[in-house]
Amino acid sequence: MTTPSAAGDGTHSAAQALDTPPTAVAEEDRRRDSRWTLPKILIWVAIALLGAVAWTMLAFVRGETVNAIWFVFAAVCTYLIGYRFYSKVIERHLLRPDDRRATPAEIREDGKDYVPTDRRVLYGHHFAAIAGAGPLVGPVLAAQMGFLPGTIWIIVGVVLAGAVQDYTVLFFSMRRGGRSIGQMARDVLGRIGGTAAIIASLLIMIIIIAILALVVVNALGESPWGVFSVAMTLPIALFMGLYLRFLRPGRITEVSLIGFVLLIAAIVGGGAVAGTEWGQAMFHLDRSVIAWGIIVYGFIAAILPVWLLLAPRDYLSTFMKIGVIVMLAGAIVLVRPEITVPAFTDFAFTGLGPVFSGPLFPFLFVTIACGALSGFHALISSGTTPKLVEKERQTRFIGYGGMLMESFVAIMALVAAISIDQGIYFAMNAPAALTGGTAESAVAFVNSLGLTGPSLTPDVLTSTAAAVGEESIISRTGGAPTLALGLAHIMHQIGGGTAMMGFWYHFAIMFEALFILTAVDAGTRVARFMLQDSIGAWVPRFRDNSWRPGVWICTAIMVAGWGYILILGVTDPLGGINTFFPLFGIANQLLAAIALAVVFAIVAKRGRDYVRWLWIIGVPLVFTAVITITASMYKIFSPVPSIGYWANNAKYRAAQAAGDDALGAPEVIEAVIRNTAVQGTLSIVFVVLTIIVIIVAAVVAISAIRRGAEDDGEDAPQPSRRFAPAGLITTRAERELEAQWRDVGAGQGR
Amino acid sequence: MAVSPLDAVPAPVAFWRRVRGWASSIRWYLTTLMGDRAYDVYVGHCRAQHPDAAIPTEREFWRDRMAAQDANPGARCC
Repeated sequence: MTTPSAAGDGTHSAAQALDTPPTAVAEEDRRRDSRWTLPKILIWVAIALLGAVAWTMLAFVRGETVNAIWFVFAAVCTYLIGYRFYSKVIERHLLRPDDRRATPAEIREDGKDYVPTDRRVLYGHHFAAIAGAGPLVGPVLAAQMGFLPGTIWIIVGVVLAGAVQDYTVLFFSMRRGGRSIGQMARDVLGRIGGTAAIIASLLIMIIIIAILALVVVNALGESPWGVFSVAMTLPIALFMGLYLRFLRPGRITEVSLIGFVLLIAAIVGGGAVAGTEWGQAMFHLDRSVIAWGIIVYGFIAAILPVWLLLAPRDYLSTFMKIGVIVMLAGAIVLVRPEITVPAFTDFAFTGLGPVFSGPLFPFLFVTIACGALSGFHALISSGTTPKLVEKERQTRFIGYGGMLMESFVAIMALVAAISIDQGIYFAMNAPAALTGGTAESAVAFVNSLGLTGPSLTPDVLTSTAAAVGEESIISRTGGAPTLALGLAHIMHQIGGGTAMMGFWYHFAIMFEALFILTAVDAGTRVARFMLQDSIGAWVPRFRDNSWRPGVWICTAIMVAGWGYILILGVTDPLGGINTFFPLFGIANQLLAAIALAVVFAIVAKRGRDYVRWLWIIGVPLVFTAVITITASMYKIFSPVPSIGYWANNAKYRAAQAAGDDALGAPEVIEAVIRNTAVQGTLSIVFVVLTIIVIIVAAVVAISAIRRGAEDDGEDAPQPSRRFAPAGLITTRAERELEAQWRDVGAGQGR
Repeated sequence: MAVSPLDAVPAPVAFWRRVRGWASSIRWYLTTLMGDRAYDVYVGHCRAQHPDAAIPTEREFWRDRMAAQDANPGARCC
């Protein structure tokens, strides 16, 4: 007779090994499922052909107009091919996920922060966290160069750069227990590189919040309808917060539906309120008043408890995001607007367009950041999402696939913006300094641009403004109003006719404002938290989150930072968006360069086997480094005043010294001198930080390549005890495995 | 050949069942995405892993969760 304990142990472990089905699809099954069959080949040939036809229609066929449906086909077919082929190369050679390894969600499962989450749900979560107002703004501004440069960059950029960054950062963060990109930078790049990366992310946060707030201010200035409906989001969110806290905790979908209905009521009501005298008196606000309102709001919102305002508004914005995107995609396919904007305008070559200045290379690539390559995503991909991934192989679907979806949003924004008349587009997006602010002067300006197509008349501008319930649409810069007009233009053809234009316009404004206010509030909190952490190194008390004075001081500092830039932007005599937006793009791409540099160094440390595939990261890294550094150099050193901040600074300084008032009144000159100095200084800081990070990463990578494989900071592997399919569509082997797990009763699949 | 329940009932009923199936899938997706099921997930986790520990009520759970978000803010993208 054997001893009970030994027998028990032996049977126990053997039983475990026998009872548990495999946690990963076997390699031969995977190969069997990915074998090329005739139907598969035919489908992919069809996708490739459709994509090729769509690209031909966009890039080579030069008719009077081009149908918007080709944008959709070109985008979707390219995404499918990029996802099916390129992301698989990244998976197989660069990342090499292993489903036998447990993810942080499985190892540290606590039911709250670490929860193995259904891949489709996590895809939605991740998408909601990465997609905001960014992809809706950049493409609209870039439309001044014609539709083709922006379209190519958004679609090709996402496949080769943006989605690669999101996917690899997500993967490596997951392999490190969900570490943030800042922590990974410190681990991999050491103290200098890590510190530079953290300072850069703090500054970037400030710039991004300021510019997004500027977009909202420009959309709401002198618009009682917009101010009323956006202001109503606050009581609606407070109501939702109280409802969830005290009435029905956890009924999030229910309260979001209620909030959505109230929101629609607020938009409809806004139209009525704007028509009354008291509505005009109360909600017709100057842009600087609105800017101060947002600053005060930002401070209060960032110190209020999360449950009261931030969380409910976040639910509302997630709800709206998914709804509006599905709606817009459906509408574009149904309406299929004809696009009259040319593939290239002259501004693509001269670089002297009124919306933003600077030549196509590099400024197109910093103007469109979100949608093609957004460094900010590195913060999300290395934050919440990696703690929720159920299986390693799912990171391709979530990280790469999620970014493809954001790119699609950017394409739809571009289509909406170019579906409106080009003359109206320039009247809306050129700064007031150029359009003069009245219909007559704006028309004179736009018709002097030498655009192709019929010339603009003052009547068109006033009637369009009236149709959307606005006083004026002239110099409504920032992208949001243009997108809103484009959306209204498309949507009113489906339901409601011109009578509904005003509703759809303000619906779009509201939905962008909702994203942006959430980003302002959440961004202030994150920035405050980072600042508390940094100050905490000297004054430990600041690290204590329950110490309110510390929270208030740090919040006030961060709000003062972005508020200052916001006020500069709002009062900028030269326009605001056109001068500040390049900083936003540069900041965002700089963060991308940092994230890619960190990934580059990590891959180099994985060993010789991986170094062969380093170009996958190297190509986007070099590209983004070149564009941010070149754009910064233009902004710092260009002798052309409309492009170089310091050149403009010198020009206005000279005017001030000479007492020349040809450029404007003395206070205007003073404002330009101050603004260009701030912008120029920020450009210098950004470019210095980028160069430091890239040099450090290069040094780390080169020495790692010399030494061969070494510890790259990954957590030790632990065996997984669960199974779930990797992508949206399950393969045969995955279905078989899922069935085995269901039989055991251990699988948590639905 | 096995007869599936869908074959055994008249066509309109089968169709109605299928619609209900889709509706419940959409409902499952939406409520899971929005977070309605977070508490159930947590309770499931507690029951499985810490059967002896007291389980907070749904109200307490959400209070804790919001407090945690206050203490450790997460970013939203631009």
